[in-house]
Amino acid sequence: MEQRQDIADRLAAIGYIADGELATALVLMEMLQRPLLVEGAAGVGKTEIAKALAALHGTELIRLQCYEGLDRSDALYEWNYQRQLLAIRAREGQDAAATEAHVFSADYLMERPLLAAIRRPIAPVLLIDEIDRADEEFEAFLLEVLSDFQVSIPELGTVKALTIPRVVLTSNDTRELSDALRRRCLYHALDFPDVDREARILLARLPGIDTTLALQIARLMEQLRRQELSKVPGIAETLDWAAALVGLKVTRLEEDRAAVYETLSCVLKTREDRARISREVTERLIGKVA
Amino acid sequence: MSLQNAEDLGPAIRRHLAGFVRTLRDNGFKVGLAESSDALRVLSASGIDRAGQARPALKALLCGRRSDWDGFDTLFDAYWSGRNVKLRIPVSGNAALANQRTIKTLSEQISQGGETALASDVERRDADDAGEAAPAGKREGASKFETLARTDFRKIADPDAIAAAHKLAERLSRRMRTHLTRRARIARRGRRIDLRRTIHASLGTGGTPLRLILRKPRHKPLRLVILLDASGSMNLYTGVFIRFVHGVLDHFREAEAFLFHTRLVHVSDALREKDTARALDRLGLMAEGVGGGTRVGEALATFNRWHAARVVHSRTCVMIFSDGYDTSPPELLGAEMAHLKRRCRRIVWLNPLIGWEGYQPSARGMAAALPHIDLFAPAHNLESLAALEPYLARL
Repeated sequence: MEQRQDIADRLAAIGYIADGELATALVLMEMLQRPLLVEGAAGVGKTEIAKALAALHGTELIRLQCYEGLDRSDALYEWNYQRQLLAIRAREGQDAAATEAHVFSADYLMERPLLAAIRRPIAPVLLIDEIDRADEEFEAFLLEVLSDFQVSIPELGTVKALTIPRVVLTSNDTRELSDALRRRCLYHALDFPDVDREARILLARLPGIDTTLALQIARLMEQLRRQELSKVPGIAETLDWAAALVGLKVTRLEEDRAAVYETLSCVLKTREDRARISREVTERLIGKVA
Repeated sequence: MSLQNAEDLGPAIRRHLAGFVRTLRDNGFKVGLAESSDALRVLSASGIDRAGQARPALKALLCGRRSDWDGFDTLFDAYWSGRNVKLRIPVSGNAALANQRTIKTLSEQISQGGETALASDVERRDADDAGEAAPAGKREGASKFETLARTDFRKIADPDAIAAAHKLAERLSRRMRTHLTRRARIARRGRRIDLRRTIHASLGTGGTPLRLILRKPRHKPLRLVILLDASGSMNLYTGVFIRFVHGVLDHFREAEAFLFHTRLVHVSDALREKDTARALDRLGLMAEGVGGGTRVGEALATFNRWHAARVVHSRTCVMIFSDGYDTSPPELLGAEMAHLKRRCRRIVWLNPLIGWEGYQPSARGMAAALPHIDLFAPAHNLESLAALEPYLARL
């Protein structure tokens, strides 16, 4: 039995083209119930892994976007203060201890992504996006949640996980993550796709696209990424551009060079990059890939 | 997919796996006991086809970072298939350490006396390692950094090396920034209401929040003000410092930069330009006379008179990059330094000359400034800049 092939095929069916190593990592994720840490440049499709995984298992995707200063109340839970205040008013004159127990019950608890992820009856996919942006304290706290899958809320007690979510963490490597976190996770370094994989992604996502055109676009993207661009285009940009070309009824890059040049704005997102890839450069690149 | 007991695997493969994990550890992988036993579980799981899938499975499991990932395949091939016999893994910038690290291939180990040879071999190498290569665990990425970081700026001439210097500066400044937390704490006087505690406290008063509990940010962000000497004597270092300053301005929430030679120029806006080349162009226009003489004292006087009130506050670190060769009277520099010291939190003076052997801060200006400086450190290379990070983080 080839689980790896199986998972890759099922991912391909929902439009995510995974290479062998990633498929294996996903198999291991199931087997060991460990989180997967994905590192790579912006735009290589890190977040897409989690989305594809959620679609694959038919479960919910819960996303926690990290940022500097992120803390427990944003990530884990928060009390619903407005309702608490109203409830306290409504119960005025009653026993204070009973009121306290009442307003600090689960009814008044607002789940944030981390708590939500462990309280679902069906295991969801938890995407912890850009973990490197969060503070080190938060990383340590996250590690605790990820290894115990339980959370203690002072007013309520310990909340245990109903199900263990599938966890995907992504990092852009703006800060060194702790060894403890790295060891806790499976690791996958994601690069820009090679020509073949990118062409397959185009074919999977844009069903109307011509195979030769998809290959040409993938080759041109490879060439473009080798230029010194200030913002290297990712897969999303490729998809936009390919959609634009298909929309303009371009079937071969070399046949409609003007359209290719004009639509490059889908891919080149800064003024300098636009200036760098001039008409002449575009011509040259098309010559290389056609 | 069933997870069988690790005992189901043959003893041979278990020992070989242990040897492989050991090799990885020697090469700087952070692999713990949990990972080793998981590796066994994975290899024994029925779903894993050993020949084709062992490599990617172990790769996902045992790698922890990019440098591990990039070096894994070479190590795997060398260990398991016996190619590249006695391969030297170019892992470390430290030649002595790297030379020691040879991989005994499996076939070699087995030919030395069957399976049992392996375990004893591991132990023997263990003992060898303990003698000389105790601090094993230098990693490829980090050590590349290191070699570059030890180059004197003057020797960094080619654009790639300068780009790398810029990148390190950028990375460094990002790390400095992330030490400053935005986490809030309970405070008597604060800006944000801590609703959770306020409501808890209001229970006693029937839900009327008589006493507000407030939070305020634990730290105000550190502000970094950089004064960069761009005179002739600093010529060799200015370019790289400017790139560092550029990185700092890009990534610190609050930072200001000034350039001085015979005059003082406020260059933050020019350097905030994202594109380095263009920033340097604008800078060139603004800073006419770069590369001439220095009047550190007068530049500081100008700074104190016109800029300090606006850009310096109590959580400011003033960082001066200069060699201290000054043509203005040393008394002036001393007085202005004292003045500046009263306004700001710390003064860091980075002097490229300290990197030279046998340097004494004997230039008269430097001697006058010295009593007011909190940190007097070398900055002739990136490593010395990197060494500053913990200091800045503590401010």
